[in-house]
Amino acid sequence: MNTTSSAHRRSRWLLIQTMAVFAFLYLPILVLIVYSFNGESVGGFPPRGWTLRWYRILMDDDALWSAVGNSLLVALAAMLLALAFGLPAALALDRASFPGKAVFRRLVLLPLILPGIITGLSLLMLFVTAGMKLSLLTIALGHGTALISVATTEIFAGLQKMDRAQEEASLDLGATNWQTFWRITIPNLRLAIIGAGLLIFTLSMDEIAVSFFLIGRDNTLPLEIWSRLRRGITPEINAVSTIIFLFSLVMILVWYRVRTRRGEELAELVPLKP
Amino acid sequence: MISPAQTATDSGTAEKTGGVEPLLSIRSIAKRFGSTAVLHDVSLQVAQGELLTVLGESGSGKTTLLRLIAGFEQADGGEIFMEGERLDPLPPYRRRVNTVFQHYALFPHLSVFENVAYGLRVRKVARTEIPQRVEKALALVKMSEYTRRAPSQLSGGQQQRIALARALVNQPKLLLLDEPLSALDANLRRQMQLELKSLQREVGISFVFVTHDQEEAMALSDRIALLRSGELEQVATPREIYSRPATAYTARFIGQTNLMRGRITNGVADCGTLKWRCSGPDGPATFSLRPESIRLCDAGSSGKADFVRFRAVIRSQTFGGATDLLETACPDGGVVLVRIASRGNIQRDCEFEFCADDAILVRG
Amino acid sequence: MYSRAYKTAVAAPPLAWVAVFLLAPYAFLFCYSFWTVSQQVIVHHWNLANYRQLLDNAMYPTVLLRSMRIAGSVTLLSLLLSFPLAYYLSFRSRRKELLYQLVIIPLWVSYLVRAYAWKTILGSDGVLNTLLQYVGVIEHPAEFLLYSPFAVVLTLTHIYTPFTFLPIYASMEHIPRNLVEAAQDLGAAPMRTFWTVIFPLSLPGALAGATFAFVLSLGDFLAPLLIGGPSGIMISNVVVSLFGAAYNWPLGAAISASLLLLVLALLFLVERIEKKLSFS
Repeated sequence: MNTTSSAHRRSRWLLIQTMAVFAFLYLPILVLIVYSFNGESVGGFPPRGWTLRWYRILMDDDALWSAVGNSLLVALAAMLLALAFGLPAALALDRASFPGKAVFRRLVLLPLILPGIITGLSLLMLFVTAGMKLSLLTIALGHGTALISVATTEIFAGLQKMDRAQEEASLDLGATNWQTFWRITIPNLRLAIIGAGLLIFTLSMDEIAVSFFLIGRDNTLPLEIWSRLRRGITPEINAVSTIIFLFSLVMILVWYRVRTRRGEELAELVPLKP
Repeated sequence: MISPAQTATDSGTAEKTGGVEPLLSIRSIAKRFGSTAVLHDVSLQVAQGELLTVLGESGSGKTTLLRLIAGFEQADGGEIFMEGERLDPLPPYRRRVNTVFQHYALFPHLSVFENVAYGLRVRKVARTEIPQRVEKALALVKMSEYTRRAPSQLSGGQQQRIALARALVNQPKLLLLDEPLSALDANLRRQMQLELKSLQREVGISFVFVTHDQEEAMALSDRIALLRSGELEQVATPREIYSRPATAYTARFIGQTNLMRGRITNGVADCGTLKWRCSGPDGPATFSLRPESIRLCDAGSSGKADFVRFRAVIRSQTFGGATDLLETACPDGGVVLVRIASRGNIQRDCEFEFCADDAILVRG
Repeated sequence: MYSRAYKTAVAAPPLAWVAVFLLAPYAFLFCYSFWTVSQQVIVHHWNLANYRQLLDNAMYPTVLLRSMRIAGSVTLLSLLLSFPLAYYLSFRSRRKELLYQLVIIPLWVSYLVRAYAWKTILGSDGVLNTLLQYVGVIEHPAEFLLYSPFAVVLTLTHIYTPFTFLPIYASMEHIPRNLVEAAQDLGAAPMRTFWTVIFPLSLPGALAGATFAFVLSLGDFLAPLLIGGPSGIMISNVVVSLFGAAYNWPLGAAISASLLLLVLALLFLVERIEKKLSFS
């Protein structure tokens, strides 16, 4: 029948479009991985010979490894910081009312939508004015500040899903606010907190725009890669990128274990609703 | 406007289906989801201008049957014909069938007017014709004053009316209603039942109405099709299905009943202590006896020929407004429900009687 | 139900943090933008000279307009890629969970890694040029691919398409399926259903995604530095150079402050539109 076949054509067209978008998303990453095993240092087509040389060079690259160490340190600090302030922020947004709450909410979430350069620069000015030396600490403070937004939204979403009656039951049964917080609220938010932590860790490991302005003597991994990139293309960067890609994949798998639907939260987040 | 008293009367439609070609004809339809058969060999006909109710418990397949007619599901076997032409290969948007959805499914981004106009616009009805047809449809459901509102500003009952208008404005040959009243509270629900029925008479369009509520089915329908686990149990007028249930399931599902199991031997039914003359074939048998078919014996009345008498102890008496429901225990331990006109407390031990013709021989 | 002490305990620490690390820095940004540099020293002399310079020197509006053009193209392309993808996943696919996760994965792949990948593909000795030469489509490498606004748009589109996709997909998933059935029931074919029901109801999500893509690409300076070349310079690159070699923090702060105000105005506008678009 005529209509069915035209509907069929349309749905095949849609399938082709979908596959094209997936190709667009994945081909560059695939190229990157393939060329990390390329025998020659020039990245022309077709790839010539297979080698693990670039990975071997990578293993002996002390500067890179110390940057990895720095990044892990910064990510850990940023994660703890963001959670330490994001959790009370989410609780406050969920259950306290105070003057300026709407402004507070918008401010907390702002770094998520703001280009990194603005967050980075304004923090730079704060640190310079306060006479602080730029170091890994300033980067961690910067990441922590920017990523409180992530902790807040994730935990706030968890609070929204939580049954308020549980806490009321706990108070009714004679528990204090403090006991209720540790015995009921925190266990209920466990998934959201773990999820937020993983997310913040990954985002911090990858962050570059804010770090760019707050960097002291020690490089984080993305900044180390950045400084080498400006010098030109080397397959070593491909190898490092491949490893980062695998690291991201592992984080995603862990992340899915924790099972949070990020899309819905993104939609709720922007535009910053009152 | 048709008064409730008139609409409540029965208009038998069994004869409507005979002779003339039916509007809709479902032939041996089957549908399975994965490994579970949801519908199994269902055949059903809907007559022109008829209000047919598909009644069943949740999971009986009634909504699936409706979705097959609307075109949202594809059958795994069988065919559906409308006015003699195959309906089932057509996509939903090519069928002259419209649906009133369970939760109304009004478009939240369109005004009441645009919701009702939607079907006309997509079917490319002349632009000039649309306003008057929409107005007419809204007047039909008494919602003319709400044209500019958004659906979110309407109550459940009002949304229900808009959903009806949105479907009816397209002048479908058949209107499908999927538990349209289930979200309304009891009073509004009864009122909407009456309105729906009079509306159906007014527009003359065939309705197929899905519900799990047997009282609703009885009040509304020309005919009831009772579905049980994907198979049709009985199709008949409400009166017939109530007074002459074909199966034990039907008798129990529609109204209250006493199911009595026993045997027929040489034209005599034998259920424990009770015996009466009966025309069924020999063998095990089940009878359905409605509680209101049983009555208290007057003190001195001598037993009439066709009446069966028994003594029973009254275990409880539940006040139900116009009638009382008695739960009685026969000497053999069997529990018998009896419905009588309301009165003060009755003595513990009574004699009851029923007409042998009222004990209906049912299958199962 | 929560005591005053509880509310204070949860509200005070984040409020203090936000005041010190968000509010104060933004205030500093504005302060700096009213100061000047004289003989390589920042002078706290309040004036509007920086802003005047932004308007007088044609270079700044030009670069800003180019940035907005690039950000606009990225947004448009991301939307064009995301809409069919989200529609397919949400309404047509039987393996939507798997495909959804496949779209998410690139989102977690390092920004830098992806920008770098495009550099290796688009360069004159890059994969694309050598592939085209290998196949014989071109004889000499096409130089316009890398170090151009085109490269920046392509890279940023690659980076922000999953960002745009997510909220669109989420709002499509929130569309009750019976609305789609109702549209078909009333006679609308699939395309018509998409345009009259699915599209308008997914607009809030599209707006959210577009805002993300636009604002984040507007302020990007890494992709332009890496693959943009001189013709792909964006507004944030100007800021970076003012804070670096050019050493004029006040002027850089003035540009950043303007950018911040622009973004805030945009967010305000988006919020107004979003309210009009949501119907629940």
